[in-house]
Parts: sequence; structure tokens; C-alpha cells
Amino acid sequence: MAKKNMQVTKVPMPEQAPEIRNKNFDEVALGYTQEMAIVEAGRCLNCKNSPCVKGCPVNVPIPAFISKLAQGEFEDAYQTIVLENALPAICGRVCPQENQCEGKCVRGIKGEPVAIGRLERFAADYHMKHHKGASDPVQKNGKKVAVVGSGPSGLTCAGELVKKGYDVSVFEALHKAGGVLSYGIPEFRLPKDLVAAEIKNIEDQGVSIDTNIIVGRSITVDELTEEGYDAVFIGSGAGLPGFLHIPGENLLGVYSANEFLTRVNLMKGFQFPKTPTPVKIGENVAVVGAGNVAMDSARTAKRLGAKNVYIVYRRSIEEAPARAEELHHAEEEGIIFKFLNNPSEIIGDDKGDVAGLKIVKQQLGEPDASGRRRPVPIKGSDYELAVQTVIIAIGQKPNPLIRRTTPGLSCESWGGIIVDEDTMETSKKNIYAGGDTVTGAATVILAMGAGKKAAAAIDQKLSLS
Amino acid sequence: MYKIIKKEKLNDTVDLLEIKAPFVARKCEPGQFIMLRVDEDGERIPLTIADYDRDQGTVTIIYQIVGYSTTLLSQKKEGDCVQDFAGPMGSPAELTKKEHKVIGVAGGVGAAPLYPQLKKLAAQGTKVDVIIGGKSAAYVLLADAFAQFCDQVFIATDDGSLGTKGFVTNVLADQIAKETYDECIAIGPLIMMKNVVKITKPAGLPTMVSLNPIMVDGTGMCGGCRVTIDGETKFACVDGPDFDGFKVNFDECMKRQGFYREEEHQCRIGRG
Ligand SMILES: Cc1cc2nc3c(=O)[nH]c(=O)nc-3n(C[C@H](O)[C@H](O)[C@H](O)COP(=O)(O)OP(=O)(O)OC[C@H]3O[C@@H](n4cnc5c(N)ncnc54)[C@H](O)[C@@H]3O)c2cc1C
Ligand SMILES: Cc1cc2nc3c(=O)[nH]c(=O)nc-3n(C[C@H](O)[C@H](O)[C@H](O)COP(=O)(O)OP(=O)(O)OC[C@H]3O[C@@H](n4cnc5c(N)ncnc54)[C@H](O)[C@@H]3O)c2cc1C
Ligand code: SF4
Ligand code: SF4
Ligand code: FES
Repeated sequence: MAKKNMQVTKVPMPEQAPEIRNKNFDEVALGYTQEMAIVEAGRCLNCKNSPCVKGCPVNVPIPAFISKLAQGEFEDAYQTIVLENALPAICGRVCPQENQCEGKCVRGIKGEPVAIGRLERFAADYHMKHHKGASDPVQKNGKKVAVVGSGPSGLTCAGELVKKGYDVSVFEALHKAGGVLSYGIPEFRLPKDLVAAEIKNIEDQGVSIDTNIIVGRSITVDELTEEGYDAVFIGSGAGLPGFLHIPGENLLGVYSANEFLTRVNLMKGFQFPKTPTPVKIGENVAVVGAGNVAMDSARTAKRLGAKNVYIVYRRSIEEAPARAEELHHAEEEGIIFKFLNNPSEIIGDDKGDVAGLKIVKQQLGEPDASGRRRPVPIKGSDYELAVQTVIIAIGQKPNPLIRRTTPGLSCESWGGIIVDEDTMETSKKNIYAGGDTVTGAATVILAMGAGKKAAAAIDQKLSLS
Repeated sequence: MYKIIKKEKLNDTVDLLEIKAPFVARKCEPGQFIMLRVDEDGERIPLTIADYDRDQGTVTIIYQIVGYSTTLLSQKKEGDCVQDFAGPMGSPAELTKKEHKVIGVAGGVGAAPLYPQLKKLAAQGTKVDVIIGGKSAAYVLLADAFAQFCDQVFIATDDGSLGTKGFVTNVLADQIAKETYDECIAIGPLIMMKNVVKITKPAGLPTMVSLNPIMVDGTGMCGGCRVTIDGETKFACVDGPDFDGFKVNFDECMKRQGFYREEEHQCRIGRG
């Protein structure tokens, strides 16, 4: 039996120092060593009713894998996780653990919860480093499924179905697979080699991924059915960027977070002019919003050399939707927070370049429909922040292309595809959907959960026919 | 990888490529474009579909060599491949049969995107005329191709080496005074399209223009291609690229297109 560890705090994560990492794009968190993992695993009490598992959207058998780690059986721990979660190296890094598994951990009542995310990451990284064996070929069942989009929902759905013998083809609009994992979340938080390795793993199992195919334009959902796909899963995400609709938003130097992050991550703009896609950033940068996307944009701007980077958010830090760790890392890296500050106008100079952001300070009033206290403007508190770049990171909605080109597909007024919650089937027979295109911008693990649920329902239905 | 089936030099700065891309060829329509990357790590550049052959699964693009990526593309030979070729993108142009006549106006390489639009109109039985403009005779593109289905082909060159000396807009002003047109389709540099609208708007001649803002993904994901149409922000890659010319804020388009001018220069020296 491994030694119990009754420390009230997590084994600290080795990290690059803030003043060094805010100048490079290497991963911030370096990962536990084997010794650290064993010590941290010793903090788990192996609770009988395992509340932590209820907090995980895909039911990772948490105490089971942690006890394997505690005994130094790292590969076994990994195999235990992948029974329920196909992308542990990614989830261990980006899940908002404080609201999910760790939020429910009993060790969190007095002190810090068990570092479930870090341990999950450790097991996955261990496997990747030490294990190269190919998976056993599966008997094909002769049925074909098409998956639209190669983000976490689509990849998970494809991975689950290929294991059951289906022929699975993924169609991706961009030149690279991975969805937000590839174009959105930056290298310093989620190394792209690792994403590529996870995708290759799924391809090695037999999934084919066709890039450069825009479903709705290159081929429609109905045409996929006509071509003989027995079912289609739509995992097209929530890629349509929101804007503030304030004056000055089309000035030079205003980016959507999607554009900014795509230029840097997908197009490797941080290496310009070694790579040909430019990205231009001023000395002073305002990022509007306070979710993960905003933190990623701010920290990226800092790394590109901006002197002052501001997070401008109309609510207070309590309402900020970003993961706790991202807020903390951003602050350490010198990002300046302007909470209860609402932008009202972007000011331009005579050449049409951004010169400043006009802001009205706010105070918290009564709770609104979302249950959060509503920000109310403070009269006469307007001021101008001198910035040359403004990055808008206030949320994304589903891209309208698929709903415009798929007659009979029922959607919410805001664009989300409507599905049966138990099966993820849409209003069209044998057409399924899941992930951000159904829920609106959410999380990697929820998108994976949806992909998995849909795969199970597709298998259940098709194996009857 | 997408193979270059045919390559032709149209003049010293403009090439034509025919590329094998069955997924694009099977569904594309006039007005749509593709996004290509010449090589790994390359920039995504948008180019209009100038023609297509559904049976052969090929798509024709015509491009002007203006900077780093187009120079790199021009170094490719027949039989070589480009890394990525995604599409079709954008909304197809609305081309319905017209009562009288449609007049097309092309500036420089704008002849390429105009060609499939007029060809389709003509195939539907609409009468079409075209005005093609260029710096000098060598820069007047596709005149013979247009002549196959246009009633009249007018040419204007800056130096007078072919056709009328002067701008396409001079010819346009004369022509709309002479004949009745239902619509004008103008594709070329922003300044040309802006000046076309200055003539057609007072004359009440509906005018479609094709906008070419800087694009990244071409799928509606980045918002970098936003343009103001009738006071409203639109994404040119999904809502366009064709818009009602009377409603376009051309001045804003021109400013936004110049945003990376310094970097484009740096990229050419740094890499090419
Ligand atoms: C910057 C950023 C940071 C984030 N940080 C976190 C985090 O720390 N933790 C967390 O849990 N979540 C985070 N998220 C949210 C998370 O990434 C998403 O919830 C998740 O990726 C959704 O997965 P998905 O499969 O539904 O869609 P996506 O990942 O969006 O993938 C959709 C894919 O479909 C493709 N596609 C779209 N339309 C078509 C079409 N018509 N034809 C073919 N392909 C198409 C897209 O190109 C894309 O590749 C972040 C998001 C962003 C943008
Ligand atoms: C919908 C659309 C259709 C187009 N069709 C054609 C066509 O059929 N033939 C043709 O010759 N050109 C076309 N263009 C323009 C073409 O995309 C640019 O000339 C090309 O991207 C320049 O790349 P570069 O690296 O060689 O030059 P750069 O040195 O990068 O830039 C030179 C010029 O091209 C413009 N440009 C640069 N990058 C982009 C980009 N990503 N998107 C759009 N413009 C850019 C800049 O404003 C600049 O003025 C089209 C553009 C759009 C948006
Ligand atoms: S998948 Fe996410 S929520 Fe589930 S255990 Fe792992 S880190 Fe926690
Ligand atoms: S709740 Fe915490 S301590 Fe209990 S089993 Fe889960 S991780 Fe271990
Ligand atoms: S090019 Fe990105 S939205 Fe149009």
C-alpha cells in the first residue's frame, strides 16, 4: 500500500518563471515528475462514493487511476483513464477542474483538492513518452459514418465509432485538424505537437480525416447521406466571433480573438517573417472579455512584445468565466486587469488606426437573467485608455453555414442545433450533432462527452438495422 | 496535395493554373473562390474560381503576382502540387436572366472573376457586353475568351496601346448613355469599383461589385474580412464576396486592405 499523504496543499506544479515565460511560446506548466505524481496520488482517499467522478462530465474512474499512480503503475493508470476519456493529455491541461472533478473532491473541504487534472496529464504524458505499440485492428462492420468538424467532439465521436468497426470519415474545413485545440488554444498552454500526436493516434486506429472540405459548400449534409453514409455527426463548433457593436470596431488594429489567435497559432504568425502570415500588435493592447479566450489573447499579445496588456471586463473578477489557473497565470505574467470597465467606443486616428478605447466604469447592481449581478454604468466615469490594438473576446456562436444549407435541421434562434438530449440526434433522421454547435461555446470535455454519447446512440441504432 | 494540371503565363505578372480539385469542381459556381496554401506553413490566400470543369474535376485560377505567396505560387510548374486548396467558399453570385443587357467592367486581374459570371449569364440567354481595362495591351486579360459570348468587347488602356486611351469608367459612361442595361457587374481594384459606382449610382444602374478584403480562414470564423454594407458589418467570405455596390463603404475597405502593407514588404525581403 502506497503511503498516504495528508498535506492540505497540492504538490506544486513546476512552471517556467513568469518573467521568462511571458517572452516565449513554450509550455508554461512543465508537468509532474514520477516522484511528484506518486506523492500527490497519495493524497487521494479513495472515497467509496467518489464524488469527484460525479463532477467529471465523462466519468473518468478517478480513484481507480489515482491508486494505480500511487503504486507507480503509470501505464495501467493511463489505460484506466482511456476507458472513458480518449484525450487525457488535453483534458488534464485544459479542463476547468475547479468546477468539475476537483470541485467535488472531499480533500477540497479542508485545503486543496487532489490535483486530479495534473495527475491525468502526468499519466497521459507518461504513456506518450514510453508507449509506442499500435492498437489491434478491429473487425469492420461494413457501415459508414461521416463526421463534420475535427474538434474534440468530432474526434471523440470518430474514435469511439472506429473502435466498434465503423468506417469513419472526418471532414474538416481548415487545412489542419483539431478545431479550437489547433487554431485557438495557444502553444504555451497546449503544445501543438501533443495535439498532433493525439490526432495521429485516432488516425492510426483507422479514422480518415479529409481537410479543406467545407460541409455546406464542398458537399452538403444531405449529399453525405446520399453518398451512402449511414449516419452523420455534426461537430462544427462555435466559430462565429461576436463583436461589441460599438463605434470604431472596423478600425485598423481591431481583431476578433479568433482572428488574432488563428494568425498566431494555426498560421504560426509568432514566427513572422519566417512564416508568411503577419500579425501586428501595438505597444498597448486592450483585450475585451474575461474568459479563457480573453486570457489566451492577452497572454499571447504579451508574448508578441506588447508592453501593457489590459483585460477590460464589464463585470467583476468573481464573474470572470476563465479557468482559475488562467486568471492566476495571466496576473503573474503582468496582464493588467480592468474589471467593472465597459468599453463604449473605439477611437481612431486620422489614418484609421486604433488610438484608444473609451471606457465607462461600472458597479454591480441586481442579479440579471444569468443570476450574475448586473453591471450598471457609473455616471461621469468615462475615460480613455490609450491603446493601438483592441482584441474582442466576448464569445462565439455557431457558424450559420450548416444550418443554412441543411433543410429541415431545427435550430435555436441563436443558432445552436437542437438535439434529443439522450441520443444527440437532430430533427433529421440519422443526423446527430454535439459540442459547441449545440451548446454554444463551452468546454473541451463537454464537447467530448457529447461526441461519445452520440457515438453510442449511433451504434445502438445502426446495429439494429 | 493538389496537382497543377496546366499552367499558362497570361502576361509578365499574371498566371493561369488549372488544378485538380474534385471536391471544389463538383459544386462551385461563379462568384465563389478558393483558399490555397502553396506549401506547409504557407499563408492562406483567397483566389476566385475563374473557370471549372466538373467532369475533369479541375478548377482554373488566374492570379497576379503581387507579393510573397503569389510569387511562390508562380514558381510552381505543371505537374507540381500545392499543399492546400479549399473550397468552394463564398456565396455564388446571383445571376438571373435579364430583360435587356448586362455590362461587365473588369480592371486588371478582375477579368478573371468576371469571366464565369458573364459566361453564365450569356448561357442563360442574357445579352452581355464587357469593358476590359489594363495598364497597357499586355495587361488586358481574356479579351478573346469574353468575345466568345459577349455582344461587344470594349478595351481601355492607361497608355492607349490597345482600345481607348483612359480608364474603363470613361468607356462605361459613354456606353450607358447609349444603351439600356439592367445591371452592371464591376470587378477590379477597389478604386476602380468605387469610381464605377460614382457613374452608375446617379444613372440608377444597379451595380454588383466583388470585394477582396484580407482573409484568413474564408469560412466565417475570424471576422478579419469584415466590410460595411449599408452601415452594417458583413463578413465578405460568407456574406459575399459580391455586394450591392451602392451600399459598400469603399473608403473603409481601402484602409483595411492596407493594414499589413509594411509586413508584406518585410515578408518579401525577409523570405523571398
Ligand atoms: C481560445 C480558446 C480557449 C479555450 N480554452 C478552453 C479551456 O481552457 N478549457 C476548455 O475546456 N475549453 C476551452 N475552450 C473551449 C473549447 O475549446 C471548445 O468548447 C471545444 O473546442 C468545442 O469543441 P467542438 O468539437 O464542439 O468544436 P471546435 O473545437 O470548435 O471544432 C469544430 C471544427 O469544425 C470545423 N468546421 C466548422 N464548420 C465546418 C464545416 N461547415 N465543414 C467542415 N468543418 C467545419 C472547424 O473548422 C473546427 O475545426 C477554449 C476555446 C477557445 C476559442
Ligand atoms: C475573395 C477574393 C478573391 C480574390 N481573387 C483573386 C484572383 O482571382 N486573382 C488575383 O490575382 N487576386 C485575387 N485576390 C487577391 C489575392 O488574394 C491577393 O493578391 C493575394 O493574397 C496576395 O498574396 P501575396 O502574399 O502574394 O501578396 P502580399 O504581399 O501578401 O499582399 C499584396 C496585396 O494583396 C492583398 N492581400 C494580402 N494578403 C491577402 C489575403 N490573405 N487576402 C486577401 N488579400 C490579401 C493585400 O491587400 C496587398 O495589397 C482575391 C482576394 C479575395 C479576398
Ligand atoms: S476529464 Fe477533466 S473533469 Fe474529468 S477527471 Fe479529467 S480533468 Fe477532471
Ligand atoms: S473525492 Fe478526492 S479524495 Fe475522494 S476519491 Fe475523489 S479524488 Fe480521491
Ligand atoms: S476570412 Fe475569416 S471570417 Fe472571413
